[in-house]
Amino acid sequence: MAEPSALRRLMARKMAVFGMVVIALVVVASALAPWIAPYAPEEQLFDGLTLEGAPLPPGGAFVMGTDLLGRDLFTRLLYGAQTSLIIGVLANGIALLIGTLVGIVAGFYRGWLGGLLMRFTDLMMAFPALLLAICLSAIFRPSLWIVALVIALVNWVQTARVIYTETTSLATRDFIAAERTLGAGNARILFRHILPHLVPTIIVWGTLGISTTVLLEATLSFLGVGVQPPTPSWGNIIFENQTYFQAAPWLVFIPGAAIIALALAFNLVGDALRDVLDPTQRGRD
Amino acid sequence: MTDLQNITGGEQAPVLTVQHLTVSVRTEGGLRPLVQDLSFTLNRGETLAIAGESGSGKSITSLAIMGLLPPPAVRITGGRIALGATDLAALPEAQMRKIRGDRVAMIFQEPMTSLNPVLTVGAQLTEAIRAHEPVSRAEAKARAIKALTAVRLSQPERRMTQFPHELSGGMRQRVMIAMALALRPEVLIADEPTTALDVTVQREVLDLLRDLQREMGTAIILITHDMGVVAEMADRVIVMKAGRMVEEAPVARLFTAPKADYTQKLLAAVPRMGGPDRPAPMAAPVASLRDVVVRFPIRGGMLSRVVQNVHAVEHVSFDIPQGQTFALVGESGCGKSTIAKALVGLAPHQGQITVAGQTVTETMPRALRAQVQMVFQDPMAALDPRMTVGDLIAEPLVIHGLPHARDRAADLMARVGLSKDQLDRYPHEFSGGQRQRICIARALALNPRLVIADESVSALDVSVQAQVLRLLQQLQDEMGMAYLFISHDMAVVDTIASRVAVMHLGQIVEMGTRAQVFGNPQHPYTQRLIEAVPQPDPTARRPPLPRLAGEVPSPLHPPGQGPARLRLIDRGAGHLVAEA
Repeated sequence: MAEPSALRRLMARKMAVFGMVVIALVVVASALAPWIAPYAPEEQLFDGLTLEGAPLPPGGAFVMGTDLLGRDLFTRLLYGAQTSLIIGVLANGIALLIGTLVGIVAGFYRGWLGGLLMRFTDLMMAFPALLLAICLSAIFRPSLWIVALVIALVNWVQTARVIYTETTSLATRDFIAAERTLGAGNARILFRHILPHLVPTIIVWGTLGISTTVLLEATLSFLGVGVQPPTPSWGNIIFENQTYFQAAPWLVFIPGAAIIALALAFNLVGDALRDVLDPTQRGRD
Repeated sequence: MTDLQNITGGEQAPVLTVQHLTVSVRTEGGLRPLVQDLSFTLNRGETLAIAGESGSGKSITSLAIMGLLPPPAVRITGGRIALGATDLAALPEAQMRKIRGDRVAMIFQEPMTSLNPVLTVGAQLTEAIRAHEPVSRAEAKARAIKALTAVRLSQPERRMTQFPHELSGGMRQRVMIAMALALRPEVLIADEPTTALDVTVQREVLDLLRDLQREMGTAIILITHDMGVVAEMADRVIVMKAGRMVEEAPVARLFTAPKADYTQKLLAAVPRMGGPDRPAPMAAPVASLRDVVVRFPIRGGMLSRVVQNVHAVEHVSFDIPQGQTFALVGESGCGKSTIAKALVGLAPHQGQITVAGQTVTETMPRALRAQVQMVFQDPMAALDPRMTVGDLIAEPLVIHGLPHARDRAADLMARVGLSKDQLDRYPHEFSGGQRQRICIARALALNPRLVIADESVSALDVSVQAQVLRLLQQLQDEMGMAYLFISHDMAVVDTIASRVAVMHLGQIVEMGTRAQVFGNPQHPYTQRLIEAVPQPDPTARRPPLPRLAGEVPSPLHPPGQGPARLRLIDRGAGHLVAEA
């Protein structure tokens, strides 16, 4: 009885394929931005504003309209995708890594080490995340990579808490005790028997984190400590233009929709991945 | 039975009539029946037992009567359930709610999950009464106290102010019974009411149900897998299998002359006390415990100092002879599982434990660990659900760096009666009995000298239980390892053990060969335990057991104090009994 491979089973899910297509589109578009984009991202176009100086709505020469400074929104969105993807994937990845590591070590070894790690996590949780991010950004000179790191340092906390609770409950399960009676060492128990059970949680937190991360970056940009203008990111496009929401709603709606679509796509793929990787779900699709 | 018919009058209208009841679950492939064409009647003051193994549909039947089938997937698709003149099967939920608790009440297996943990017993009882009858708070309270007195709880006023977790399992089940009977329902459905309880507590609860029934004339539907409980309680019995009634008979006839093949098989599989004697020759010990003490500190206060110790195991000494089965019996919390944990190095202990001549510690070498293997109670929990069965069985071989792990795993599968083709499946694709076989195969992979079976057959249906016990016996005959068999079930122990130790509150109160302990029990606690075991024989119903005075003593003691140490005295031929 040959089991279809995990990839096959993933491809059999329509929603997952849809999600993957959306992600692929965003990735390809952002990578090819210099060739696809009709203008340069920072170029203020003379005919991008009306004679009164108002931005142009979608349609006509500019597919998605122009922003307050007369820059082409479509172009900025394409280049912004680069920033947002890097922030979303990188910052989130680092956050997951730190969170999982802290949570799993604290949950598995308990004792003074676990206590120390979790108290530190609580401290980080109680500390206002935004304030911390602002402090960190003020210390380091904001660049794309620094912003990603700052966001990761703020966002690992929730993951650590969740992974910690799951690990403590897993560690008391009978099959872990059974492994010990078989003579399995800590490393084997951690990597072969506890980590695989945490994968679903990690995937779910990872995909949920994408949108949070992108928006946190936008907040930081708005406060002047994020990705520095004029470099576009989906988040800072929204924040730059939100004061004119009533006059030019497309400047908020279009990047907003892009963030939602990307987050949703990651969630769909993540959910499918979680189910496909869980052998106890086999035959229930 | 005939007496009962005279009292209630055979021609009197039944309280509950179930006709051609069919309950189905909606699946992708259409409706699949869970209970099919079930018909029975229940008379006033009668106890009807519905017996069957897991998946027989007995619980679904009780939920159908209560109108508690999980919507929307499972529902009644045929037949009627007549309570007097009302058809419960067709009743809308709003009216069903009035009947539930008032005319038909139910008690469940696990009293802790059926009681709300954040409300006091009194609050839950008065709420249940006031939900059905417009009485004042004071009057409801008075009735609640009366109900608690009726179920013979000591200090009923104090119980009213207590929370469920402050009561023992038996007391909680009494509260559930008080709640169910407070409104004097016509029908009481008891779904495995004593399965989660210790045998002496089970006995008390069964006695109580019988007394209350006599006083109130309630009709009881008793749902159980335990033929001993059936024999003890029932007037009539329905045996179910795979959603269908296999046999219906008065209890005496069912046990003396079962008609259906399935009933015969079921009764044959029931473990019984007493049986052919097995020799228990003294052999060299494979494991010995000397003065083993296990205490767990409870810390509290600002500086997390030890405020109390749980005295789980107190000065226990015994030898497990090579190639034989040594059984530890006792009720929950007596320390029997803690001894198992100490033996495999999962619990810190004082005193000396040696296996094959080497001392067991928490950091013992791998080679020694291989000598003692364990089979847990719940096979589903003991197997990593994300690994294939082949990998699971090969796991110990891989850990110990032994070659040909995969081939050995296939051999082991065959050895425990499973097919090699199933190696790539996951644990959830097997039945409970098969999973336990997988656990046994894994435990045998390293050729251990001692296998600890901690309640390993307790969660299995009787027919499967009998098969697994036979498998264990057969493997012992072939491979010659010793078993430490830990169980609360006297009858099971009686069928497999050659030597038995009875534990109570962390100490051994009696120890000897099976014939000595079960044939001639000397310690009062042992006698009480054996007396409480329900016998699968309706002609041997015994009078109610006198209740133990007071509450169960606690294993908690402040530091520096502890329970009095029992001295074991040899009553001849190695039959050790604690001084009373």
